[in-house]
Amino acid sequence: MDDRTKSALHWPDAIHAQFRRVGIRQVGYVPDAGHSRLIELCVGDPNIHDVVLTTEQEGVGLVAGAALGGQRAALLMQSSGIGNCINMFSLLKNCGFPCLILITMRGEFAEFNPWQVPMGSITEASLKLCGFLTCRVDEPNDVEDTVGGGCDMAFNGNLPVAILLSQRLIGRKQWN
Amino acid sequence: MLNRREFVRELLLDRKDLLVVSGLGSPTYDVAACGDHPLNFYLWGAMGGAAMIGLGLALAQPGRRVLVLTGDGEALMGLGSLATIGVKQPGNLVIVVLDNQHYGETGMQPSHTRAGVDLVAVARACRFTDGLYVSEIGAAGRVRDLVHNGGGPILVQARIASDDAPRVLPNRDGHAIKLRFMEALSAIC
Repeated sequence: MDDRTKSALHWPDAIHAQFRRVGIRQVGYVPDAGHSRLIELCVGDPNIHDVVLTTEQEGVGLVAGAALGGQRAALLMQSSGIGNCINMFSLLKNCGFPCLILITMRGEFAEFNPWQVPMGSITEASLKLCGFLTCRVDEPNDVEDTVGGGCDMAFNGNLPVAILLSQRLIGRKQWN
Repeated sequence: MLNRREFVRELLLDRKDLLVVSGLGSPTYDVAACGDHPLNFYLWGAMGGAAMIGLGLALAQPGRRVLVLTGDGEALMGLGSLATIGVKQPGNLVIVVLDNQHYGETGMQPSHTRAGVDLVAVARACRFTDGLYVSEIGAAGRVRDLVHNGGGPILVQARIASDDAPRVLPNRDGHAIKLRFMEALSAIC
């Protein structure tokens, strides 16, 4: 296996390693195929409270409560989940809570389901309007560095940071 | 029926270092009316988020008790979070819903609880370890005991009268409320 193939398979492990490096203790998520490996890693990590959410907006409250209590938190969601969070993001801006969101993109490269396109196509612009710093990753080899940098900016600066993991990175969804 | 101010005052009596999150609108004014406290996190917005802020805080501070005091409208907007809390089973989280069966901030339109939607039954169905209704001030001591010693997660639906209490407005600067809370908490940790 060459290095490129290896990192393509292990980018969720690289994200989990960054969570460990910066001491993330709570991870909120809505189950997602693209994040499935990372979710497994978080569930299996005794240092992380994994919190399965009914809707992504719950995660914004979770992040705020964790910060109040002195813990760092991250959220995992699909691009559609950003649409569910918009009003709750006001909590981050009003209080200056750090927030790190890892977003698996839908509605772009090779999307099978056109119903994913309306939200996927406005995800990054919506995040920017909500005050997030956004960073997009297309290459497996860039995941570690980008997520690491995002963690540092979020938690050193109490900033909202969103990392968009592109559909090209995640791969085509298999429908058969 | 309960008088909201009297009930909240009883609930927060001798609160020690109880961590309190108040839902937007009247619950925030009720908590402020009991006397400002650095371990109060007052919400002025983020409707539907109070219980989840309580969960994040309860997970981060397992050795301390966390009380979320909110209204029926706010709790209804975050109904799914009761299921999320039921999965995590935080043993130190109590949610008290001040239920006047109306949306007080917007002109007293009836809420879902007015039609009989039962938040205690929802909480029980979501695996809360305890859930109860109170409507008499004589029960306040029992609720206070649950808040401090009752395990969790617990939901209390407190039927309050729908008359308006004078507004007592705490600080509206979210950064200031957050920093004061975090400093006060780290001082006792």
